[in-house]
Amino acid sequence: MTETITFSAEEAAPDRNAVFEGQGIPAGAVVTQDIEDLYNTALDVLSDSDAPVAMFAEISKVDFTVVYRGEGFNEPSTPVKDISARAEQLALFALTLGKPISEAITQRFKSGDFALASMLDSAASAAADKLAAIVEKRFLEFLVSRELATPSTTVLGYSPGYCGWHMSGQEKLLDFLQPGRIGISLTESFLMQPLKSISGVLIAGPADIHRFANSYPVCALCETQSCRKRIRALPET
Amino acid sequence: MDILTQISDTLIGGDDENVARLTQQAIDQGIPARDILDRGLIGGMDTVGERFKVHEIFLPEVLLSARAMHAGMDQLKPLLIQEGVSSRGRVIIGSVQGDLHDIGKNLVGIMLKGAGFELIDLGNDVAPESFVETAIKENALVIGMSALLTTTMPMMGSVVNLVREQGLGDRVKTIVGGAPVSEEYARQIGADAYGFDAANAVDRVKGLIGVN
Repeated sequence: MTETITFSAEEAAPDRNAVFEGQGIPAGAVVTQDIEDLYNTALDVLSDSDAPVAMFAEISKVDFTVVYRGEGFNEPSTPVKDISARAEQLALFALTLGKPISEAITQRFKSGDFALASMLDSAASAAADKLAAIVEKRFLEFLVSRELATPSTTVLGYSPGYCGWHMSGQEKLLDFLQPGRIGISLTESFLMQPLKSISGVLIAGPADIHRFANSYPVCALCETQSCRKRIRALPET
Repeated sequence: MDILTQISDTLIGGDDENVARLTQQAIDQGIPARDILDRGLIGGMDTVGERFKVHEIFLPEVLLSARAMHAGMDQLKPLLIQEGVSSRGRVIIGSVQGDLHDIGKNLVGIMLKGAGFELIDLGNDVAPESFVETAIKENALVIGMSALLTTTMPMMGSVVNLVREQGLGDRVKTIVGGAPVSEEYARQIGADAYGFDAANAVDRVKGLIGVN
């Protein structure tokens, strides 16, 4: 089953701290009026742009094994491989902020409005991340409505290009999902167009399946270790 | 306060309109273009860079100052050409073949220009041959490459190898950067330097060329 998701204006508004983090501004830092003005202008441009849209499609574990294998370039041992094997339900997803926002960022760089272009880029990225979290919630709601989830079910999304799941995995993923209906395509270098788009797999199961130690070989190369924050936020079991 | 200090302070404040006005005023006063550039504009951006490095100011403020720098340069450029004032060096930048991300590259470019380098931005999805051919044609000292995908990073190695094959290794230095790139990766592919952010990239380029 495939579901298309639209978002309210409030849902699509990025989190301020996340936008500022993208600008290298720590949470709680006192900022100048210039920065506040840039932030507010970026939000205005973002809200005037195309409405973001997402979709997800259920996929069996057998089919996901094929999608995940992709072109055969994954690391031998990865969190996604282990977590998906323990999943209760799976779905592939994609979301996009659309082409106009990327064009707005490019145009502002070209016209010399560097600060606004950069702030707008951070705002768009923060918006995309927030919407991905909402897509996780919507899949959980979908499972609950079909009595396929229990009170302990947690849904988290994982994307190609991270944690040893090779970027080329995008190709089989998008072949299965067919996100052309929401305006997403893939370049030869496995880059999604429009640029502010995210895709991946939604994995549903007990919270514990998403807990893993960052001791996979691929973890040694990871600069951000952003998985730790997500794991800390998991409900206690 | 002398006018060059005024230009520098106004640039630090990110006021592009007044930097343009004061730069024109300095030109009208007959101050040599080199002095306006070095002590006014680059001097201001150097202070901005230092404050950014110690976290006194943030990226948006750096970029507002960069816009002010560009506004001053727009006024000064004809005089720089007339007086034969050369830049600190010519740098080629681009996102490697297959990569369309350009925010990081754009930030590096803005800050390199702010530091007095002449920039040739080849844009996105740049083939290795384009980097090297342009570097030869334009007498560039540095090739800067950006990649944001693990699938496009290998193209950086292709450029480095091509520079070597063409016998340009002594004349043209290479610097790489981007989210999946690291100092270790730069070493592996034989790049001359790695920049972990835009400000660091400028410092590394200065180091490669031997500029203070």
